Amino acid sequence: MRTLAALHSILAFASSSLTDLSIRWPTWPEWKRVLFLQDYNTRVVMLGTMLLGLAAGMVGSFTLLRRRALMGDALSHATLPGVGLAFLIAPSLGLAEKSLPVLLTGAALSGIAGVVAILYVRNLTRLKEDAALGIVLSVFFGAGIAILSIAQQSVGHSAGLESFIYGKPASMIESDRLLIGCSGVLTLLIMGVLFKELTLLCFDEGFAASRGYPVLLLDLVLMGLVVIVTIIGLQAVGLVLMIALLVIPAAASRFWTQNLKQMILISAAIGGAGGFVGAAMSALFRNLPAGAMIVLVCSALFFISMMFGTERGLVVRSLRRRDLNRSVDHQHLLRGLFELQEIRGPKAGIPFSELQTLRSWSSYRLLKEIERCRRRGLVFRDSDQNLSLTSSGVVEASRLVHEHRLWELYLITHADVAPGRVDQSADAIEHVLEPELIAQLEELLLQRRRVQGIAPSPHPVDAEQAS
Amino acid sequence: MSALSNWSWDYDGWIVLAGILCAIAASLPGNFLLLRRMSLLGDAISHAILPGLAVAFLITGSRSSLPMFLGAVVVGLLTAVFTEWIRNFGEVDEGASMGVVFTTLFALGLVMIVQAADHVDLDPGCVLYGSLETTTFDMVEVAGMEIPRVVLVLSAVTAMNLLVVVLFFKELKLSAFDPALATTCGISARLMHYLLMIIVAVTAVASFESVGNILVVAMFVVPPATAFLLTERLRSMIIVSALIAALSATLGHVSAIVVPSWFGYRSTSTSGMMALCAGILFFVISLLGPQHGVLIRILRRQRLSRRILSEDLIALLYRMDERKSGVVASIDQLRAALLSSGFMSSLLMKQHARKGHVIATENGYQLTDSGRRLGAELVRSHRLWEQYLVSEGGVAVDRIHGQAEQLEHFTGRELRDRLQQETSAPVLDPHGSPIPPE
Amino acid sequence: MSGSITQPPDNSLPLSVRDLTVAWYRKPVIWDVGLDVSPGQLVGVIGPNGAGKSTFLKAIMDLVPRASGRIEIFGQSYKRSRHRVGYVPQRESVDWDFPVSVLDVVTMGLYGKIGWCMPVRRHHREAALRALERVGIGEFANRQISQLSGGQQQRTFLARALVQDADLYLMDEPFAAVDAATEKAIVQILREMKQAGKTAIVIHHDLHTVPEYFDSVVLLNMRVVASGPTDVVFTRDNLEKTYGGRLTLLDEATEAMRRRERTL
Repeated sequence: MRTLAALHSILAFASSSLTDLSIRWPTWPEWKRVLFLQDYNTRVVMLGTMLLGLAAGMVGSFTLLRRRALMGDALSHATLPGVGLAFLIAPSLGLAEKSLPVLLTGAALSGIAGVVAILYVRNLTRLKEDAALGIVLSVFFGAGIAILSIAQQSVGHSAGLESFIYGKPASMIESDRLLIGCSGVLTLLIMGVLFKELTLLCFDEGFAASRGYPVLLLDLVLMGLVVIVTIIGLQAVGLVLMIALLVIPAAASRFWTQNLKQMILISAAIGGAGGFVGAAMSALFRNLPAGAMIVLVCSALFFISMMFGTERGLVVRSLRRRDLNRSVDHQHLLRGLFELQEIRGPKAGIPFSELQTLRSWSSYRLLKEIERCRRRGLVFRDSDQNLSLTSSGVVEASRLVHEHRLWELYLITHADVAPGRVDQSADAIEHVLEPELIAQLEELLLQRRRVQGIAPSPHPVDAEQAS
Repeated sequence: MSALSNWSWDYDGWIVLAGILCAIAASLPGNFLLLRRMSLLGDAISHAILPGLAVAFLITGSRSSLPMFLGAVVVGLLTAVFTEWIRNFGEVDEGASMGVVFTTLFALGLVMIVQAADHVDLDPGCVLYGSLETTTFDMVEVAGMEIPRVVLVLSAVTAMNLLVVVLFFKELKLSAFDPALATTCGISARLMHYLLMIIVAVTAVASFESVGNILVVAMFVVPPATAFLLTERLRSMIIVSALIAALSATLGHVSAIVVPSWFGYRSTSTSGMMALCAGILFFVISLLGPQHGVLIRILRRQRLSRRILSEDLIALLYRMDERKSGVVASIDQLRAALLSSGFMSSLLMKQHARKGHVIATENGYQLTDSGRRLGAELVRSHRLWEQYLVSEGGVAVDRIHGQAEQLEHFTGRELRDRLQQETSAPVLDPHGSPIPPE
Repeated sequence: MSGSITQPPDNSLPLSVRDLTVAWYRKPVIWDVGLDVSPGQLVGVIGPNGAGKSTFLKAIMDLVPRASGRIEIFGQSYKRSRHRVGYVPQRESVDWDFPVSVLDVVTMGLYGKIGWCMPVRRHHREAALRALERVGIGEFANRQISQLSGGQQQRTFLARALVQDADLYLMDEPFAAVDAATEKAIVQILREMKQAGKTAIVIHHDLHTVPEYFDSVVLLNMRVVASGPTDVVFTRDNLEKTYGGRLTLLDEATEAMRRRERTL
């Protein structure tokens, strides 16, 4: 239904103004006019949507970390009955029915009612979060539609209302931008003051409660921030697309950083960029609704982040995984050759088939690794195609074996902390552990070697004995 | 009831039937969405199908229902697939990935439709308009009967959902409850997920086209949630949710006609009122439900804390009486020791006086024999527990009081006897106070 | 039961793991683990928190991706011998508010055998009820699962594993936070399984009971520190290697907590 209404207004708008078929590229003066904010209207719209993106990006970071990304979805729908009621009641208070302050007050009140309803369902019944959001979303929206449908009869022209709900950035005026700006500063202030507390709330609610933080109140503050941002966004980009601004920038910023402060900044930047570029494109090209364009720009940024993000991006992660697999293979090959040649003497070549049975690696992976090591001059094939370590290979392998034994020893001597710190892909143990610790481990390794003779590995009972 | 005087079965009857069918069709898969904590997926899918409709229209250039229907279902499924991808590959949490996908698809759909509107006259009223009020505008003849097309479509969808839920009941149940076990049993949890997604998408699209999507989004969530609060078995949850869905659809249409008339308006949006009625039913049941109702639980908790306070008062009086036989304690003394409210304490002491446990004197209350017996039981439980915690549980002496304080209220004669046995019938508790005999 | 028909005709080991490495990002969780388990054994897997014990079980069942390694169950890949593996997950892994009865949960162990789209029949429910009686909670069969105590929930999971009638059981901390009676019941069941020639690999926390419960142990701390028959491997020296020399303190702390949990 809401989709329909959106369609309706858009189609009405489109069919009235457009008759030509071609896409027309804007001319240079047009580019300049938009990008340098020369035109008053464009300036208001673009700065307004950018501010909105900034604020939504910041608030969205917290709701995302609270695993409640879709709270904006529920709360933005929850504002609808308030808008309708304000519209109905305003005339009897002697105010204009479409006066913005009245409508916003209505929206805020019913948004707060939505917050209360979410908390009621989540805390007092045995339903989970998602159900709470779903119930509030659909019931409030249903109520809103019912009220609006009545409002339509009473006034006969609630068309303005619909654009209020579905967004029409082009209609933004100076006072709207001021409103958005003030609310943005307000959200920023609240988040700045409560940064530590909100972080704790998102990270570990139980812990926060046990430390005596008013978890419920903090939750209310967070939802209140969502309501503020949603309400100011309603008129600019509309209900559904407001959700996008709350979710997408925050989700995208996760790919770039693990640090909360940076995450909020990046998220705000993505939201702001989305608002600016989206509004600009809509101003430059005809037929591109601004709200939708803002969302699409944000999603494009999201997919770029998902692919190329430096922290969790897909490319980085698959490279890391490949490096890890290679370094595992590398270690396995050199250590295997080293240990076999330790027993058979340095001249004995090791046949490929024997290497293959040593571990459960595919012959493809093994061959690849042999090739890599051969190119680096660590391994050579003798006349029988058997494999041996070169002299630099021996150096490298003994380093790896030593390192491996140090890691093993570390796992054993510092078992309580070790699992968290072992980093297999790190080139050298020194990059992870402190020098004193390594010296200590070296000492221990020497001791053991003296006591036990050749100790290839510090666990005396071998896995194969389990049966 | 004058507003209902215009009720006509030929018109309102069909509307109610269409609403009921849509509500039932949505609530069936909705149960599994709720249990899998994916309640918002219905909402997401019903937004995301927009580009599907547009693409189908642009490709075929026709406004016939079938390509539109298929296009929308495919995009609805893609929503689920993309959400899953982003969640798996990007390690983004479920809600966020859903939010990214459906808002993006919705925005894409909006852009496409604006573009399409440029080329052809895409009349939303004809293609996309779905409103329950128009149910009877499009009738088809089946077996000599005039039936609205909407009712026909929704009957088919309901039948399909019912069939899937009945046939795959056990597989859906297991993969919702414990996907790891399902996979180890050879029931692919992923396959069941997509089966569920298919029927959700088909339901959303069919309803979107015929009755608008508020109704279907609400019915995916609200009736199952209500049924969840009322039942303890999946089978009964599904049946109850269907009943609630049907009830809210019926009430919704009636109230869409009746309620506005109270304020002097004509009837309002039926599907909006149906969603609202479902919400009101949910609220009432969550408040008054017999098992898990909020009120019942509050009452139960209050009764329990009253009972505990009442027992604490007697036990305290008993302990004072131990030190100085026949002691008279004022309410202020008692409540200061228990940190309780004065009103509650005096109320409960009056109750004790009525039951003959205490005698009210000018300066306060004094234990009677029956009150002394009651107090002795409580104090005995308390001290036996302390002894038990120390001797059997190895808990430090300074930490036992709090636990014993709670346990004493839930300890009957039989348990006391067992405690006595286990602790080999001590005379003194770990603090050195005598344990009263039974 | 049909399990005895599918009893291994071959001599292949119930579980054989080679070079298993599982890594999240760059952090290995399990590193170069190798293990052979022979039939009819109760194997305890012990190790400190974060040692990768649960991941190890999940990797055996292909539930987590592995960086390297080969796993064979009865000489075949997991996929092909899936029907011979029973899994008892950690209690927290499911939603106990789910609207199913205790009997329903146990019957779920049979779903694989019942087959697609076939309804649950009376004899399935009877088998489930027998399993519930075996673990001593037959009288709770019709309760909703949230109304059970922790110990009873664990027994429900055990009964579910029993009806699966597998040959290899993987159990993730079945003894965590259960009452003493439940612990005894679980041990009893494990012994009966063993007598029936089944193999169980059990993640375990309480070091005191290890020698009493298990034939062999695997001391796991990212790698296999030691593994073998309990009387050979379960030495103070090995334990210190696994737990990093702080064993006594850690041990006392867990023991004290356990005792407190029992008294509640």
